[in-house]
Amino acid sequence: MNSLRKKIDKIKPHFTEGGRFAKLRSVFEGFESFLFVPDRVTVRGSHIRDSIDLKRTMIIVVIALVPALLFGSYNVGLQYFRSIGADAEIIRCFWFGFLKILPLIIVSYVTGLGIEFIAAQIRGHEINEGFLVTGILIPLIVPVDVPLWMLALSTAFAVILGKEVFGGTGMNVFNPALLARAFLFFSYPGWMTGDTVWTYNLTAGENIIDGFSGATPLAYAAGGELSGIPSFLEMFIGTIPGSVGETSTIAVLLGALILIITGIGSWKIILSVFAGGLAMGLLLNLVAVNPFMELPFYYHFVMGGFAFGAVFMATDPVTASQTEKGKWIYGFLIGVLSILFRVLNPAYPEGVMLAILLMNLFAPLIDYYIIESHIKKRLKRASLANNIQGV
Amino acid sequence: MPRHVKLKKGYDIPISGTAERILAQAVNPLRFGVKPVDFPGLIPKLDVKAGEKVKAGTPLFHSKLNPDILFVSPVSGTVISVERGERRKILEVIVEKEGDDHICFAKADPSSLTREEITRELLLSGLWPAVRQRPYNIIAKPYEKPKAIFISAFDTAPLAPDLSFVISHFSEELFRSGLLAISKLTDGKVHLVLNSKGETSPVLSNAEGVEISYISGPHPAGNVGVHIHHIDPLNKGEVVWTVNLQDIIAIGRLFTEGIYKPERIIALTGSEVTKPCYYRILTGACVASVVEGNVENDNVRYISGNVLTGTRISRDGFPGFYDSQITVIPEGNNFEFLGWALPGNKKLTFSRAFTSAFLPKKAFTPDTNFHGGERAFVMTGQYEKVLPMDIYPMQLCKAILVEDIDLMENLGIYEVAEEDFALCEFICPSKIEIQSIIRKGLDLMIREMS
Repeated sequence: MNSLRKKIDKIKPHFTEGGRFAKLRSVFEGFESFLFVPDRVTVRGSHIRDSIDLKRTMIIVVIALVPALLFGSYNVGLQYFRSIGADAEIIRCFWFGFLKILPLIIVSYVTGLGIEFIAAQIRGHEINEGFLVTGILIPLIVPVDVPLWMLALSTAFAVILGKEVFGGTGMNVFNPALLARAFLFFSYPGWMTGDTVWTYNLTAGENIIDGFSGATPLAYAAGGELSGIPSFLEMFIGTIPGSVGETSTIAVLLGALILIITGIGSWKIILSVFAGGLAMGLLLNLVAVNPFMELPFYYHFVMGGFAFGAVFMATDPVTASQTEKGKWIYGFLIGVLSILFRVLNPAYPEGVMLAILLMNLFAPLIDYYIIESHIKKRLKRASLANNIQGV
Repeated sequence: MPRHVKLKKGYDIPISGTAERILAQAVNPLRFGVKPVDFPGLIPKLDVKAGEKVKAGTPLFHSKLNPDILFVSPVSGTVISVERGERRKILEVIVEKEGDDHICFAKADPSSLTREEITRELLLSGLWPAVRQRPYNIIAKPYEKPKAIFISAFDTAPLAPDLSFVISHFSEELFRSGLLAISKLTDGKVHLVLNSKGETSPVLSNAEGVEISYISGPHPAGNVGVHIHHIDPLNKGEVVWTVNLQDIIAIGRLFTEGIYKPERIIALTGSEVTKPCYYRILTGACVASVVEGNVENDNVRYISGNVLTGTRISRDGFPGFYDSQITVIPEGNNFEFLGWALPGNKKLTFSRAFTSAFLPKKAFTPDTNFHGGERAFVMTGQYEKVLPMDIYPMQLCKAILVEDIDLMENLGIYEVAEEDFALCEFICPSKIEIQSIIRKGLDLMIREMS
């Protein structure tokens, strides 16, 4: 690696103040610190620092997403071959799906990172790592058939208006990946809803065998056709139509395991989202005035993006509640609202996205009340001490 | 029945280079330094010029805001230089030792003295700066009455000296006399806080006239700020004083022998020290006198104090007024290829983000590398794991950053000092310099409240 290091040192002067490419300084720094942890040493404060940084943090989330990505690739292929009535072995399904997903990933990263680079350069900051995760999340929460330009547009929207205008990573109110999805959802509903968008090339309708509908389990449930819903096991494994990375609960749970073991994702949030979903699901089961409400509560966990949202979206530390007590409330309400929207709102078959975005908005309010009660407690302690002194 | 507090939050950084329990002889040091920068918020006014002769106990400088607070020479000899930094800020006053002359202070039994007499004696002898106050962690105001005085009898910082071992090398008489003098300064209690884990010297556990409490747990369980928080928390308008254990000895010596002799046993620690052990020195003795022949490597950092809160000094530098420890660790000024991406069997981390977290525990030899770049606050719930206080650390930091005085007050700025947040700074994945932020907040409060 020494020769690489030497090459970098050789071109480095061009990117410093006054150099030929000074305008690309942030980009250069971004790539350099990607390859080499810098030789920067501590100047003030603690002389030693933990080895962890945001790059490490983000890359662990990306690793946690790999099972969902791999299964998603397989499932895209599987659904396609099912739609044309062909049999294909696992590898072929996987490879087919992978080639379909790859452009989504590339477009998402190129658009988002490009904007990040420009924003960092304008601010004179180092490049933030936040988009490493957002860039892979976006392709995983859209239908495979979404046109690339729409993906690019929604990514740009999410990064610029959702994040950079607030000051970049760490300052945003809404989860950028979900914002991209919401943008797509409301701007191009034709590409985001319905039965045909979830399977590759189904909208075009060529070579499709009779009887293949491509409808997601949620669509069946919303339509009251509970008989159309696949078995619990099938949905748990994830061989069902849906957004690219959300279908397999197993893969998502593997990711959750990685996040929880490494401590990067908040287990409190994950657990409380499921608890909220459980509570609401049970409540609906008790009332049960239509078939969707009769759906056993545990089915909700394996349908749609519930698990994916709980594990990868709700846990985004920037947009979630920032106090530990607040995380319980925040997660629980996401769970409750997801199921509520899902079952009781006929306009949207899936409620997870909106539930999380809504709670993103309320997270600061939750924190505000937690902090207020903490302050009250402290003031009470102070007045108590004064009373004792008075006696 | 003494109080027992068991703390769970915190982190003992596994780092190599603990001092062996041996008291070695320092090479006779020639140069001594007294550093105004050891005292946050102090504006020093020089009392001597280079070339002047001084005795042990001669004032070198005093506080501009409170001229009664003197800072004196630890030895007799000649002032050889006054080192200045940016904007002529005084960094060090250096004295070259010669002879053994000292100013004689009145000998007295502290029990026969009044509070005012003891205060005056401490001010005159230059020992007053050893008394610090919370809030703000600055030198105490001599004429204020604290509600209590806290003395921490153990240090949990990385590689910190074993204060029980240290105290056993001093006469019990000095300690008793020092405690007696200190206890006259408050109408409230004097709290001596011991570690409930490990061995405690009987000198400490049998101390009289003080309230003994036991606290255990990982670092920062030994921090006096944590003790105050759990034993007698500070509210707005209250003041608590703190004194380091070894300064009690120096205070005791002042009253029994009538001299300023700030003798101190320091631990020379860190992975780059060939034989880490303890040394008996006078405060301010040139570090070279203890590291000579004991550090082989060149690319190292000398720290007065511990790796979390200490001050960087040069090889010819001087230990800080409040420090009982010198740490020598390797500099980390090297690039690491894909360092953030590799599994990391040998990476020191509080998180579980590297494989090292799942391997059997062993001591690491961390260097001074920054391990990343500074970012905005992203991760949450991390600082809380290493701060055993009922305080919201991130929210307090943010309140300081936006200079919201009311919010800072409400969130507990009076109870904290930089050192209590040192571990937060260490574990921060966004590499935010939290100790600087806290100091900024404290300085802001001092300005605002005066």
